[in-house]
Amino acid sequence: MQSASTDIASRAIGIIDQLKGKEGPLLPILHELQDEFGYVPPETLPLIAQALNISRAEVHGVFTFYHDYRDHPAGRHVLKLCRAEACQSMGGDALADRARQLLGIDWHGTTADGAVTLEPVYCLGLCACAPAAMLDDEVIGRLDAEQLEEIAAEVRL
Amino acid sequence: MTVTFYVPRDSGALALGAEKVARSLQAEIDTRNLDARIVRNGSRGMYWLEPMVEVETPNGRIAYGPVKASDVAALLDNGMAEGGVHPLWLGLIDHHPFLAKQTRLTFARCGITDPVSLEDYRANDGLKGLENALKLTPAEIVAQVTESGLRGRGGAGFPTGIKWKTVLETTGSQKYIVCNADEGDSGTFADRMIMEGDPFVLIEGMTIAGIAVGATKGYIYTRSEYPHAIAVMNEALEIARKGGVLGSSVLGSSYAFDIEVRVGAGAYVCGEETALLESLEGRRGIVRAKPPLPAHKGLFGKPTVINNVISLASVPVILDKGAPFYKDFGMGRSRGTIPLQIAGNVKHGGLFEAAFGLTLGEIVDDIGGGTATGRPVKAVQVGGPLGAYFPRELFDTPFDYEAFAAKDGLIGHAGLVVFDDSVDMLKQARFAMEFCAIESCGKCTPCRIGSTRGVEVVDRLSANIEPEKQIEVLTDLCNTMKFGSLCALGGFTPYPVMSALTHFPEDFRPAPIAVAAE
Repeated sequence: MQSASTDIASRAIGIIDQLKGKEGPLLPILHELQDEFGYVPPETLPLIAQALNISRAEVHGVFTFYHDYRDHPAGRHVLKLCRAEACQSMGGDALADRARQLLGIDWHGTTADGAVTLEPVYCLGLCACAPAAMLDDEVIGRLDAEQLEEIAAEVRL
Repeated sequence: MTVTFYVPRDSGALALGAEKVARSLQAEIDTRNLDARIVRNGSRGMYWLEPMVEVETPNGRIAYGPVKASDVAALLDNGMAEGGVHPLWLGLIDHHPFLAKQTRLTFARCGITDPVSLEDYRANDGLKGLENALKLTPAEIVAQVTESGLRGRGGAGFPTGIKWKTVLETTGSQKYIVCNADEGDSGTFADRMIMEGDPFVLIEGMTIAGIAVGATKGYIYTRSEYPHAIAVMNEALEIARKGGVLGSSVLGSSYAFDIEVRVGAGAYVCGEETALLESLEGRRGIVRAKPPLPAHKGLFGKPTVINNVISLASVPVILDKGAPFYKDFGMGRSRGTIPLQIAGNVKHGGLFEAAFGLTLGEIVDDIGGGTATGRPVKAVQVGGPLGAYFPRELFDTPFDYEAFAAKDGLIGHAGLVVFDDSVDMLKQARFAMEFCAIESCGKCTPCRIGSTRGVEVVDRLSANIEPEKQIEVLTDLCNTMKFGSLCALGGFTPYPVMSALTHFPEDFRPAPIAVAAE
């Protein structure tokens, strides 16, 4: 336990040191930490505050303001479904309901087996091939119920 | 002779399977031992035909689409390498009516060139604007942009030249060019397409802006939802540095300029310019009160030009062909071209760059071809989640900043989302309020509280609880939000809500209970 948190701290400090010289380094640091750990470990927030000479409250404020940052790991896969108007016009709402039903979770939830986290997203810029989704880094256009069922089965393998 | 195939790397094409098509094509090339190469271009913006594969022939580029990976072998069997005919054959792509009817100035190269080839860029009129700019004084560059009539394409429509002039005339130890690439409006993807399909035009535009106002550093603030655009942009920046376009001496001149990509973290409000600056500085994306204007005190308190991607990407052609050339397109006070993004429930969805002045009906019915579902068009939301819903009765409205404002709407970033007659406008009004509540930065009360109250009022309305009173409250609430909010998020959320209520009142009245005739 001790070694795990020390490991997180030392890796985090490495990242913070590498980026703190940038102008406005806080978002790049949080992004890099999330890339490294899959989430932003809460114990790294005081380290950031110290390195940037800002208050812990300020770091906490930034961390919690943005929808992207997580304070705990996501599932092995992250499925983002677009909830915005262009996707609504092509039946996005019904697909979203189907996704929640298939996975048995609500928005921001992770399946009990840790396979997948479901996130809403407001526009992926794929509005001319709606409804759109993103599975991990893969963009998906013209999503339909059949494809959604395949995805739901695939992520649980 | 080596045959050149084009398979887009645009994320819209990728979302429809372009990567599999490219892999399949490469495998066939290898198996058949063809003397051929694949260029990963941007998209032409005809998304109903993506993935669209093109082949270079002596007569021009022949296109095929939409191509599935499983079609590739048959296409090659039918002589795709020579432009052979096949059911997916689209003919000479430049003659395709969707493209032939456009005026592509900003998107002149998008979908044509290899986005990360500086040689391609130069060979297709790239860098000519920058070269011309280097022969002018900063004030002359600004004068050209002012004269062109270019207005901010992000939505506000503020004259770009005036913004630049203010920064040029403001003294500062450091000035910045910030590109607002936080394209969060549903129905818009022009910024993404430029970044993925012709990143050098944005780099060139920002560099010209830097020279014009005396800035040496630029930031492109884009969205985490755009991983492909980020990757292409970063690749192009590295190539531009190596090619001497960016760095301590721009194209061998005495000007220095460099650009860095910064990525947001899923906050819609950061598309508002002052929230964006806060975010770039490493803070919560809270809207700043104006004044001071960003032109006086922007990023880190320094004079800052903050422009949308399309505004900046339109600058090179203005400096290349001259302000009068650009100004000659358009109508009224809306000069030049606008990349329309036709999206949602539409048959021919995609990007259509044209001079201002087409009517909404021409755009939706003629160019877009009506709905994808084949049902009648009921409403078109223009300008993103903060834009008004237009009914068919207003389809004669010309696409122009002032004409849309006169109809209580806005053109915004020029995205159009088409809805068929299955849409429930009360639900759309509720969504507008809900979205505002989710994305509000929380600084001002009308937006933070008003949006939540708005959702509640619409819910009461749909439950048929004193509907007349709810409509009165909703109207009053929208008025407060419109005039009392600090920025466009709270201030413009009333547009979709009130337009839905005004133009589609039947959706706000529960179906009358059937009463027996006798």
